[in-house]
Amino acid sequence: MSPAPWLVFGVGNPSRGDDALGPAFVERAQLLLAPDVREGRLELLTDFQLQIEHALDLKGRQHVVFVDASLRARAPFEYTRLAPARDATHTTHAMSPEAVLDTYREIVGPPPDSWLLAIRGERFELGEELSPAARANLEAALAFFVGDGFSAATS
Amino acid sequence: MSFPLEKAEDPSKLRRIAIDPVSRVEGHGKVTILLDEHHKVHQVRLHIVEFRGFERFIQGRPYWEVPVMVQRLCGICPVSHQLAASKALDFVVGARTPTRTAEKVRRLMHYGQILQSHALHFYHLSSPDLLLGFDSDVAKRNLVGVLAAYPEIARQGVMLRKFGQEVIRVTAGKRVHGTGSIPGGVNKSVSLAERDELLAPMKDVLEWARTGVRLIAELHGKNRETYDHFGTVRSNLMSLVGHDGKLDLYDGVLRARDADGAILFDGVDPQDYLARFEENVHSWSYMKFPFIGALGPDLGWYKVGPLARIQNCDSIGTPLAEAARQELLATSPGKIIHAPLASHWARLIELLHAAEVIRALLDDPDLQGTNLVTSGPRATVGVGIIEAPRGTLIHHYEVDAQDLVTMCNLIVSTTHNNQAMNEAIREVARQYLDGHEPTEGLLNHIEVAIRAFDPCLSCATHALGKMPLAVEIVDAKGELVRRLVRQLEPVA
Repeated sequence: MSPAPWLVFGVGNPSRGDDALGPAFVERAQLLLAPDVREGRLELLTDFQLQIEHALDLKGRQHVVFVDASLRARAPFEYTRLAPARDATHTTHAMSPEAVLDTYREIVGPPPDSWLLAIRGERFELGEELSPAARANLEAALAFFVGDGFSAATS
Repeated sequence: MSFPLEKAEDPSKLRRIAIDPVSRVEGHGKVTILLDEHHKVHQVRLHIVEFRGFERFIQGRPYWEVPVMVQRLCGICPVSHQLAASKALDFVVGARTPTRTAEKVRRLMHYGQILQSHALHFYHLSSPDLLLGFDSDVAKRNLVGVLAAYPEIARQGVMLRKFGQEVIRVTAGKRVHGTGSIPGGVNKSVSLAERDELLAPMKDVLEWARTGVRLIAELHGKNRETYDHFGTVRSNLMSLVGHDGKLDLYDGVLRARDADGAILFDGVDPQDYLARFEENVHSWSYMKFPFIGALGPDLGWYKVGPLARIQNCDSIGTPLAEAARQELLATSPGKIIHAPLASHWARLIELLHAAEVIRALLDDPDLQGTNLVTSGPRATVGVGIIEAPRGTLIHHYEVDAQDLVTMCNLIVSTTHNNQAMNEAIREVARQYLDGHEPTEGLLNHIEVAIRAFDPCLSCATHALGKMPLAVEIVDAKGELVRRLVRQLEPVA
């Protein structure tokens, strides 16, 4: 079976406050876009952090969206196109999306069209829930992606 | 008492180098080095910020939630925490002997974790140093540099990692946050279709694992002087061994040897671990320093992890890994190997062993069994010990009559290795830094020694913008002399 053309990859730890934004996005999108998931147009994956083997999850995709909490992004979120890049996260346990794309380029070839949905987070402590600000930012990001990012691109 | 190079006599007259945080190490590690005007080293310390909030995070939760919740302590070895917690809570639910299916599914999961973690550490985090050189161009000293110079090796590393993750997915039920292992057993077996899916790449996996062992043996052989002496410090060793004395990373009894290999204790039931260990504290580190109580803090510190394990056991029960172990032991006949760089060889031997164990387990019909959970008279206390990729991992819980966890004590592998890592970097500082102007390449030598222990204190929080890396050199007056910043933001 060929992989779904769209991959949404939520990154983060559900038990570390706003770091849960990536997995929370995936959980909600799984429901909101259930028909697309069921019919094989979209796959949603999540993990604590990005690693080298995640490059292989990109194989056969046309579009990839990494969803991550960010302290840098302006609220509520930023949606930016990604390009493969070599950075020092190549040498850590947690790679950047750009480094994953670069690994893909080295192992497989030109990576698929890839985007970063960086949702603004504020607090990242163990055992905390999503902060109120992060919840609002998550809703805005979901509304954007379901309305414009994904649906507009696939309709 | 303090150890040599642990404490400078007059720090105010010395300049300070901070490697903060140490790269290619999970969690936030920092090294400080105090030098005089002639670059003579007076003090070296590794500080790692430990999240003591982990225990509080668990306390007050129902015990059955714990194997899932503890996975969120660490994004690097969640399976080890899941299994250590499950093993501890087996005692609470009275499942002292889980069913054959439960034990074998858990073992499969654990060896999948060992395989993928060791693959990540060697191919991704350490091979850049070992293949390209400790002081090679920092811009190329990474996986991409290895991909360019050794594409097939790097590809095999990625594929090994992926295979290990697939073993975890099949046994845990999901790629992450798996619920496969529970107090008393497991909640799923391995279907024939899942077994066949894992069997398909098995031949390649075994061959890649053998290639890895050959590679590290060659690297060692080409540079014996460095591999044998780089940061080498003698210490005691400690690990689980199987009830038969063979290497067993999932279950067994505690054994410790002294630096010459003599047995210090053996056959210690994990439930009795508290009687053997004590912990020391230093004002300069958040992380405790465990030691063997009977020997005291100065003589009782020890190493855990692959190099300790393969020398602490009597043998390895799988033929390829045992042959590889004998080859490594033959480099130091009759003597314990203490060289940190030999850890990489030991790690790849364990990776090969994990591949052999997985191969054998996949033929076992117990994996398709339906008797998944057992129980018995309830207890209020349970201890679970497992050999996680980086070393001995201890989970200890007390549970009240309302099923809530009232006490949780976790001792992770990196804490066991705290003193050993500090001693290793002090030795490297003596060997390489003393009397030399510190350069990025020389400072990387310190990091190479730390990385050999594969320390992990994951916060599993990696949000974009939260990972600054800088090296600062400050003179005796506290003024910044030099600042090196490692770029973590992507560069096109």
